[in-house]
Amino acid sequence: MNTKETKKINDYDIEQLIGQVLRYGVVLSGSVAIIGGIWYLFQQGTAMPHYTTFNGEPAGFTSLTGIIKGLQHGSATEIIQLGVVILIATPIIRIVFSLVSFILEKDKLYVLITFIVLAIILFSMFGGLAI
Amino acid sequence: MTILTFTIILLLGAYLAGLAGSLTGLGGGVVIIPLLTLFFHVDIRYAIGAALVASIATSSGSASAYVKEGITNVRLGMFLEIATTTGAVIGAILAIYTPVNIVAILFGVMLIFSAAMTLRKKNESALTQGSKLSYLLKLNSSYPGKEGRIDYKLTNVGAGFSIMTVAGMLSGLLGIGSGALKVLAMDTAMKVPFRVSTTTSNFMVGVTAAASAVVYLQRGYIDPGIAFPVIIGVLAGAFTGSKLLMRINVKSLKLIFSIAITLIALNMIYNGFNHKF
Repeated sequence: MNTKETKKINDYDIEQLIGQVLRYGVVLSGSVAIIGGIWYLFQQGTAMPHYTTFNGEPAGFTSLTGIIKGLQHGSATEIIQLGVVILIATPIIRIVFSLVSFILEKDKLYVLITFIVLAIILFSMFGGLAI
Repeated sequence: MTILTFTIILLLGAYLAGLAGSLTGLGGGVVIIPLLTLFFHVDIRYAIGAALVASIATSSGSASAYVKEGITNVRLGMFLEIATTTGAVIGAILAIYTPVNIVAILFGVMLIFSAAMTLRKKNESALTQGSKLSYLLKLNSSYPGKEGRIDYKLTNVGAGFSIMTVAGMLSGLLGIGSGALKVLAMDTAMKVPFRVSTTTSNFMVGVTAAASAVVYLQRGYIDPGIAFPVIIGVLAGAFTGSKLLMRINVKSLKLIFSIAITLIALNMIYNGFNHKF
């Protein structure tokens, strides 16, 4: 998009940008998950899985602050969880980019529509729905 | 079975799920839940978490290509995402009050519906006259065809929006992308040409799944030991699928896959009625 900065932004630019955001997000999340995953197998590969009963993940795996704290202790499973967070964040970041693009394009209706979608997701995130 | 063998088998399973999902257009999440619950006897709540992750991975992975080619109707997707994300949040709330065996039965019913939808007749024609709302919301667009761009118009915006809310709810409750319902809303109700409706649906799956995934992550449904082979496997499978799609005829494959999916679905429903979850 850098080459077109002088021109008015249009739908084609938006499509290219959205495509890039999605691609980079997926590649980044996949890479982080592979690194964490290989390390996790080295650490715990010989143990037994325990998924037949649902216990829920411990607190450190269910929030961004918990995951970052776990990363500081060099936990392999927290690296995977970071990959998961990047993956979930990818479509949300895509919406943020769409919002900025519609603002630049001066499409007021779609600025509003995109803002509503973003607000619903933020509500889902911080609305205390997890209980 | 150790974690290492579990990971390797799940990786292979997720790869096949991603491959089949991308060849038939059903997405990666649909196969992940029966694979985890029926084969590995994983609790369905972990399976739902994994399926959501798989849905986002396949959606974002393939959407990036379709959006760049200009097939996806970004405005239509954006507008309908109001409906699907609202539905997804409602679905994630409903999930707390829904017994797991009911979730399994609903999932089975959705699977059979999805299988039937892959075999339907596709809407190839483009409307020349759209409804008032379609102009107001700037939903009419064009997509690249064999001889230049083809213009199309939309109708029944309200009906499409309503079906999308239901699609979002089921997505939030079951952890799947509910691509089949999304296509139904656009294809059958809004008369969007097939190529646009499939790619736009796929584009929307990521955002819809993310809206409920943020809740499920906080609820502890997403386990790293399951998520890692699922993400890698599904992404690799979907990538292979997108390369193969250009070269092979998927018609017979779709039929075989639909039959297989229906059998799996009946198994899920049967186990659901017998409280095996």
